[in-house]
Amino acid sequence: MYPDNVKYTKSHEWVRVADKMATIGITDYAQEELGDIVNIELVQPGSTLSAGGLLGSIDSVKAVSEIFSPVTGEVVEVNDELETAPELINEEPYGSGWLVIIKMDDPSEVDESMSSEEYERFIEPE
Amino acid sequence: MKDLSSRSKLSYLPLTDADRALMLKTIGVPDTDALFEQIPKEARLGRPPDLPAGMAEQDVVSICEGIAARNRHLADLTCFLGAGAYDHYVPAVVESIVSRSEFATTYTPYQPEASQGVLQSIYEYQSLICALTEMEVSNASLYDAATAIGEAAVMAYSVTGRSRVLVSKAVHPHYRQVLRTYVSGLDMQVEEIDYSEGVTSAGLLPARLSEDAACVIVQYPNFFGCVEPLAPLTEAAHSVGALMIVCVDPIALGLLTPPGAFGADIVVGEGQALGVNIGFGGPYLGLFACRMEHVWHIPGRIVGATVDAEGRRSYTLTLQTREQHIRREKATSNICTNQALVALAATVYLSALGKNGLSHVAELCFQKAHYARDAIAERDGFSLPWPAPFFKEFVVKSEKPVSEINRKLLDNGIIGGLDLGQYYPELKNHVLICVTEKRTKEEIDRMVELL
Amino acid sequence: MMREETLIYEISRPGRVGCALSDLDVPATEIRNELQEKYIRERLPLPEVSEPDVVRHFTRLSQRQFSIDTNFYPLGSCTMKYNPKVNERIAGSPGFAMLHPLQPEETCQGALALMYELERYLAEIAGMEAVTLQPAAGAQGELTGIMMIKAYHRSKGDDGRKVILVPDSAHGTNPATAARSGYQVRKVPSNARGTVDLDALRELVGPDVAGMMLTNPNTLGLFEEDVIEICETVHEAGGLMYCDGANMNAILGRSRPGDMGFDVMHFNLHKTFSTPHGGGGPGAGPVAAKEFLRPFLPVPVMDNIDQEYRLNYDIPLSIGRMHSFYGNFLVMVRAYAYIRSLGAQGMLEVSESAVLNANYLMAKLREVYHVPYDNLCMHEFVASAKEHKKRGVRAMDIAKRLLDFGFHAPTIYFPLIVEEALMIEPTETESKETLDAFIEAMIEIDRESKEAPEMVTNSPHETTVRRVDEATAARRLNLRCVGE
Repeated sequence: MYPDNVKYTKSHEWVRVADKMATIGITDYAQEELGDIVNIELVQPGSTLSAGGLLGSIDSVKAVSEIFSPVTGEVVEVNDELETAPELINEEPYGSGWLVIIKMDDPSEVDESMSSEEYERFIEPE
Repeated sequence: MKDLSSRSKLSYLPLTDADRALMLKTIGVPDTDALFEQIPKEARLGRPPDLPAGMAEQDVVSICEGIAARNRHLADLTCFLGAGAYDHYVPAVVESIVSRSEFATTYTPYQPEASQGVLQSIYEYQSLICALTEMEVSNASLYDAATAIGEAAVMAYSVTGRSRVLVSKAVHPHYRQVLRTYVSGLDMQVEEIDYSEGVTSAGLLPARLSEDAACVIVQYPNFFGCVEPLAPLTEAAHSVGALMIVCVDPIALGLLTPPGAFGADIVVGEGQALGVNIGFGGPYLGLFACRMEHVWHIPGRIVGATVDAEGRRSYTLTLQTREQHIRREKATSNICTNQALVALAATVYLSALGKNGLSHVAELCFQKAHYARDAIAERDGFSLPWPAPFFKEFVVKSEKPVSEINRKLLDNGIIGGLDLGQYYPELKNHVLICVTEKRTKEEIDRMVELL
Repeated sequence: MMREETLIYEISRPGRVGCALSDLDVPATEIRNELQEKYIRERLPLPEVSEPDVVRHFTRLSQRQFSIDTNFYPLGSCTMKYNPKVNERIAGSPGFAMLHPLQPEETCQGALALMYELERYLAEIAGMEAVTLQPAAGAQGELTGIMMIKAYHRSKGDDGRKVILVPDSAHGTNPATAARSGYQVRKVPSNARGTVDLDALRELVGPDVAGMMLTNPNTLGLFEEDVIEICETVHEAGGLMYCDGANMNAILGRSRPGDMGFDVMHFNLHKTFSTPHGGGGPGAGPVAAKEFLRPFLPVPVMDNIDQEYRLNYDIPLSIGRMHSFYGNFLVMVRAYAYIRSLGAQGMLEVSESAVLNANYLMAKLREVYHVPYDNLCMHEFVASAKEHKKRGVRAMDIAKRLLDFGFHAPTIYFPLIVEEALMIEPTETESKETLDAFIEAMIEIDRESKEAPEMVTNSPHETTVRRVDEATAARRLNLRCVGE
């Protein structure tokens, strides 16, 4: 449910870092709470974001949720497949349901995010 | 206030005194006053409201019939007045379906399993409106043409990110007024484009257009009844990336090439002509259709086809996250209640008339209006100001004041055309005359004689 | 189980028509002489069906539909009361239904008088002085009222107010309307009692606040007990108070927003005043306002000069026009007939029975469903299915299962501040027998949620279609069918 190779935010995004590249998605818990996802709107590649900046929004059948960037940097890629197949986020939130890749200004930013155990404890009371 | 013992004659309130006593006991309060104790004393009225006493059903009917009798109505008067409200024939089948209480007394179809009837009828409405306008997607209705124009302009603003709205002066003056009200709170500007010879000037438009224009709004046929040159107007709008918004008379689309064929981006319109009572201005029907690429920007409800748990074709409200009840301050519009039952009337009307009936009605309007125009043009003291093609309404210039003409007509049981001078100072002594399929040759001849 | 109903396009056959139309009785002109070829339509892909086809198709569709005339409809905040038949007869009179909105005023004095009198009645019920009937629905009433607030501040030279306060329990139309009027929305939290947190409000008001929108009774069915202090707090900061009148049924004839301190409000004639909902409209959303806001009413306004009624367009500070003509007139006629039927005494009986019915339902259902705000309620109350959720049964499932028992579902997942909300409003026109049958169904569903939860989660079983796949509807958009 909550893989060890990614870090987690309090707003239920995950981030996976390789060199300066951060791949970002939403957690299994988040997709479960949203329900069937039907549409996704993301920032354009080339935009720059600061940590906490708006990455886009995700619509399920009866809810809409905003997604925030856990890191500062430039968006180098967005997952185009989601445009026609938003259900990938429900099916493989950590795999083919990824949202964007950001080239980070400061890779150490990620250190503040939660580990999988910390995230599991974070969502437990809910 | 406390004395409710003398129950009024109301037949809508089924609780008996015995019911009340039992229910109060269950709740655990001594009387109904206790239920209202949460209202602070200062906020209570403390006296019965100052309203007339209630009355029996037959008395309400006679009072209201008395009020109705103080109106002269179109069953007795012959109407040559249009200007956004039209005296078209309403087939009996439309009234019969719309008065079915399964349709009339149901709520918005939020529970699709209990609402397949309304949902399918809206899906059919959307299909018919798309067919009529040659557009790709229609919503489930807006209030009327004026507010549909307002919503379309705001949608153009959100699609293009541009704030300048260009609207033709040949768009209904009321619609332009509502447009200004609708955008007044937003950072948007409305500018008007002049008409020339009865139509929006395709020559003047390009000079007014630039890369900051969100949209161009015209009416088709326009307020003067003239057929706008949609091809060059649309081309001009698109050349600077502005959306083309066209407000239609759906009856005219039985005869005229639809705006979709010219590349319009949003088609709005007044659906009253489609089997809806003229009803002193409402309830009417705001048509709204556009291209699929803008589907997430559409205001109001949309129905989609899908399947149920057993794979059967079924229908549901869809893309609801656009709407106010979910997206709240970021919704595409604040609209909630729309004009569903009026949309049903239009659906039944378009189904009953169908391909052959609608084009026949359109041709009757066209022919009768042209017959009337030619007859009036032959009268002394009347002339035709513009050569532009028209559909069922046309403008005539008179040597006499329009009020004088209309007074004489009214004395003879005829409602004359609209005095354009009250909306366009430059059109003093110009009258806008409307001829629908309901007008007979006899009626037209009589009206012309009385001019 | 019923079969699918075919689409109107699927029964189309070339050559059929569903209405006998008259022949042309004037000499025909050649259309091509009048219109350029490219403006003459080539194909018109509408269906071709006979009149019996049309009648059978739409009558069958009507049978796939819950409605007030066939089912109990306890939809919270929607006031699904019975729609009296006499109102329909009156609205159908040619003296109302066949009037042209621009015909000479001297020929429609009855219509104008009816509008004028309805304005006076609504003013009395609101406890305010100025009324416009123009808004076509509640949301448009809100837009009208908020624009009047904006015009008022502007007339005072005060352009610095950019914020509208909205409680977290508000209808979605409130924040959407504020945004549409160019305002930022600032959310006001609810307190533990489910009403506006007055201390939080005091922190949130200020010189940037144009006004506050408040529904009273609120969407939890609770009267805002601090309403007078709330209004004073906002007024002291220079803001105005807007009342969302969606829930007027609870206080009809007993308590008036104007007396509570509100400056402007809207009514929903299709809720409180019994006009039919029509499957989502038409409604009507008249706006009432205090005298000092009269200069900002939309045009035209109604004048009565010695019993001669006129439409007055000369209102320099007006926010402008909101509708093509005067609003949904035939809806006004129905509401007028309803108020005349009820009279002053009837108003009190409506609110009394509406509140009694809601409290009775709440008292009975509290035994099996969690009710988070456990006071007496007004016309509606909110239960929560959070205990049921632990058993895998959600509010949505309970709503669907109710359909099998022949009851429309309550409003669900609203207000947003209650988890798994079930918002129940019975209205005054339901009998105790109906309420008891509904209570029994709710108890039965609770029992099923423990003993056979799949009975609930797989529901509905008895409706014309089973659970509809809304995700597929949104992912694979099919929004129309195409004819030839």
